Order: sequence, then structure tokens, then C-alpha cells
Amino acid sequence: MSVAIGTEAHGLGRRASARRRAASFAIPLLITVLAVAAVVALGFGAAGIPLSRLPAAFGLSGEGTAMTARDQLVLWSIRVPRIAATAMVGGLLAAAGAIMQGLFRNPLADPALVGVSSGGALAAASAIVLTDSRFGEMLRFLQTELLPLAAFAGSLATTALLYGISSRSGRTSIAVFLLAGVAITAIANAGIGLLVFVADDRQLRDITFWMLGSMSGVTWTKAAVLAPILVIGLIACAFIARGLDLLVLGEADAFHGGVDVERLKRISIVMVSAMTGVAVSISGVIGFVGIVVPHLLRLVIGPAHRLLLPASVLSGAILMVGADTLARTIVAPAEMPIGILTAAVGAPVFLVILLRQRGLASL
Amino acid sequence: MSAVIEARGLRMRAGRATLLDGVGLTVAAGEMVAIIGPNGAGKSTLLRLLSGDLRPNAGEVRLKQRDISSYAPRELAARRAMLSQHINVTFPFTVEEIVLMGAGERRAREVGSLVYAALDEVGLTHFRERQLPTLSGGEQQRAHFARVLVQLACGEAEHGPGLLLLDEPTSSLDLRHQIDLVEAAGRRAAGGTAVIAILHDLNLAIRFADRLVVLAGGKLAADGSRADVVTREIIRDIFEIDAVVHRGEDGVPYVLPQSMRAAVAPR
Repeated sequence: MSVAIGTEAHGLGRRASARRRAASFAIPLLITVLAVAAVVALGFGAAGIPLSRLPAAFGLSGEGTAMTARDQLVLWSIRVPRIAATAMVGGLLAAAGAIMQGLFRNPLADPALVGVSSGGALAAASAIVLTDSRFGEMLRFLQTELLPLAAFAGSLATTALLYGISSRSGRTSIAVFLLAGVAITAIANAGIGLLVFVADDRQLRDITFWMLGSMSGVTWTKAAVLAPILVIGLIACAFIARGLDLLVLGEADAFHGGVDVERLKRISIVMVSAMTGVAVSISGVIGFVGIVVPHLLRLVIGPAHRLLLPASVLSGAILMVGADTLARTIVAPAEMPIGILTAAVGAPVFLVILLRQRGLASL
Repeated sequence: MSAVIEARGLRMRAGRATLLDGVGLTVAAGEMVAIIGPNGAGKSTLLRLLSGDLRPNAGEVRLKQRDISSYAPRELAARRAMLSQHINVTFPFTVEEIVLMGAGERRAREVGSLVYAALDEVGLTHFRERQLPTLSGGEQQRAHFARVLVQLACGEAEHGPGLLLLDEPTSSLDLRHQIDLVEAAGRRAAGGTAVIAILHDLNLAIRFADRLVVLAGGKLAADGSRADVVTREIIRDIFEIDAVVHRGEDGVPYVLPQSMRAAVAPR
């Protein structure tokens, strides 16, 4: 039975109940919003397709017009793979952020902010230059497969390095972690800078793409690389959710509560690296999705990872599909790099979290 | 009573420093043991070795007649529960969610009554939907104690009396809640749990523990009943203070440090 003492306790209790209610219908609601966002996104772009023509383009209504063939071409070869890939990249980035925050017990952890994305991008940029060189010529036909693998390897090395630097005897220093992230980002960016310096014009264009982040030029082949990682990631999320919850108590106390902490850390690091790496290999470096989405979700549905992780996947997908639609339309017929948009929204949210933390620390 | 935990010849080093040197301890089911000693005596290290969190450089720890390192973390959690000293929760989990973490994979509706009983026992029922980081240090400590009680209860339901380890559980608590906590631990001991607690308050330790274990400089300085251990000489040797040992009306000794006695003497 609840006995509220004072109005403050009562108010917070009500907020917790509201959180429970929000949690109960979060997933169906997010799926609906994602579906609506995807349908809206289908209609926007350099070649506009009004909603009224969508059923015909998908073959759902018999009466085809002269425009139907063009619509079908645009939808199936450009827009559908792009929206599918954008949603998956958003889902992967947001989930990677949520896992990383759980692993480091720090809501400010984000793969892009602390250099994991940069590490992946450096490896991907190296792969571009390497496979274009005479030395790597025989590997060029593997470029589509090589880029995600290189980005994954780069992200994995960066995450492991970061964990090694900032964790000491089971405790993770938040200051060391963020500063190490800044240093690693700088090192990775220096490496990318060097590659830019030695790159020819064509390579330069490719590398610039990684730096700014963009969903243009996504094909079915590229989108197909994302799907298995997302599926494996979602399954793995169910297994690590409880461990990440207990990890909030610290490594020793998570162990006392029955968590195999070393295994949890290994799985989480590999997941964050794979999810970030494969997303980076398709879209380039896109920041702040991993911070904004889990943070807002924790406020609404609470921090329990069993719900937070799948909800992050869906919300990240919604955010990215929305941002990409905006990127395709605001400067049409040109296209704005999506990384600019996510940073414009994400950086202020990051500052708000920082200020809130400062407020809590001074209590 | 059979031994729940047996430690023999524990030796632990960190760099050049020896944290523990040849410490042995056996605690039987239903026994309530207080570990006392000055700062840096190795008390927390001993508790972490007994919890299986640390591995000793030499010696062995056996929990329920089995080498503690042979248990998987989940098996271990079902047989021993531990409350650490400082736990800093960064995410806005509610008190109820934190306490529920003690129940492992069990669903909330399976263990709801256990969770509410534990919350009631630590006096936090009315705060159960509050976010933990918004509570005071003492309230947070009580919430974590409730979590540990739920873990112990879940484990004992399946594997019989277990081990409860408490590392300075009363450090942030006011007087009333200090007594509440050690009494709650005492009830577990009465039910067959082996309880080992590090306590800094000598009088609290004397009153509630069946047995006192004194550590100093990484070695076992004394181990016995309060009558054996609570003497002016041992307190002077271990804590380097002069203290007077009195006996209360019920015959239980209590310790009055010399300077404190001087302060109350004129009355």
C-alpha cells in the first residue's frame, strides 16, 4: 500500500506511475509512428510522389497512370531502400548509444561523441584509399564487403581502447572516459586528415561522405548489410538487458547480483562496435542520435533496458527517417548531409543533459 | 551447525602492500559475526574475498563445502548476498525497480510480496516509486539493503540458508535505522543465515553480534565472544585509544572511549 508523505513524494510517485503507463504502450505506439513516418518519407524527395499515387505505385490499386512506372522506379530503386537503410541506421545508432551508456553507467556516452564512430570512419577511409591503391587493387571487388568489416574493426578497437583507458579496478571514471574519447576522436580525425591529404579527387569525395554523414546513394545491397546486424542486435539486447540494469550498481555489485560482468562487457563492446561500425559504413559519421534518443526515452519510459533497448531502436529509426526526409527536402533539389541536422538537434540536448547532471551533482 | 563459509590462510597483496596475511574464518549457519578493526585493517578486502568478488593470492574460500571460485556468478548470487559500502546509481531507477533487481530473472509478479516485505522492513514503502538518485544517502543505503534482502530470500527459498555479507551497512544511517538494519540482519541469522558484517560502531557490534572478529594490519587479532574480545587491553592495542568497558544492566558490555568519558564525567 502506498502512503505518500508530503506533496513532493506524492508528485514523484504519480510521475513513476505515468512512466509505467507510458512503458506499457510504448512499443506499439513507436511502431505506428515509424510506419507513418516511413509512408510520409516515401512521398518526399527530388521526385515528389503524392500520397494519392502511392497505392498505385505499390501495385495496391489497379488503375495505373502514366506516372505509375516512374513512381515505381523511384520508389523501389531509390526511396524504399534508402528509407529502410535510414531506419536501420537510426535504430542501430540509438541502440548502440543506449548499450554504451549502460556499459559506462553514463548518459553522456555516445559512439560518435567518444570516437567510436571516428575509429570506424578512419578504418573505412583507410579501406577506401587502400583498395584504390595499386597495392590493394585485388581487393577492390570486395569494397562493399570490406567497408563494413573495416568500420567494425575500427569501432571495436576504439571501444576496447576506451574501456581499457577509463576503467580501473572495476570503476569507470567519467571524466577520464570523456576526455579519452576526445583524444581518440582527435587521433582518428588526424588519421582521416592524413588520408584526405594523400587522397585523389575521387577518394576525397568518398571520404568527405564519411565525415559529414549522408544516406544518399544507398542501394539494396548496402541496406542488406544492415539487416542481419540489426536482427542479431535485437536478439542480443534481450540477453544483456538485465545485466545492463544491474551494472548500474557498479561492476562489483552487478557480480554480487549474479551477473557475469566480464562476459556482459565483452558482448556489449562487440555489439556497440558492430552496430556503430556497420551503421558508419553505410551512412558515415552521424552524431547524437545515440545520446538524444535513449535520454528522452529514459525520461518517459524509465531506464530499464528490457524496454529501453527495443524502444531506442524504434525511436532512433523514427528520428533518422524524419531527419533524412528533412535533409532531402529543405534545400531540394540539393541534399543536406544528415549529420548536420542530427548535430543541430543533438548538441543542445547534450548540453541540457550536462547541465542537469551538474544540477544533480550540486545537490 | 554446519559451516556456511570457511576461509583458510587468506593472503592478499596489492603491489608491495600486504592487505591480508594468513587470515582464516569459519562461520556457521545462524551465526552473526561482526568484523571490527581500524581503517586499512583489511576488513573490506576480507569481505570481498568471502563474496567471491576477489581471488586471494594464497589460501582458499569454501562456500557450502565448495570452492567459491567454482560457482558461476548466478549460482553464487543464489547462495550469498552482499551489500557494498558505496553504490552510486546514475540512471533514474525507482526504489522499487532497484529492490526488484535482487530477484534476478524472476518476474515482478512472482516476487511482488517479497519486494514489498523488504521495502516495509527498511521503511521505504512510501518511497517505492521515487527515483533512487533523488533520495538521501541513508535512504539509498536502505533501498540497497532491501534489494540484498530480496536476493537472499530468493536464494534461500531454493538452496537453504545462505550467506549475508554487509560492508559498513550503517555508515549513512541515523541511530534508529542503524538498529533497524542490524535487527533485520539478526532476524536472518535467527532463520539460519550466516551473517558477516563490518561495523565501525563498536557498541552496535557488541550488542548485535554473537561473535566479534578483530582485524589489524591485515591479520586476525582476535576472534571470539564479546566477553573475550571486548577488553580494555584489546581496544587499546587495536584502536590505540584508551577506553573503559562497562556492563549494562543486561550484562552486555559497552565501550566508552576515555575522552568521551571525561566529557560526561562531571555529571
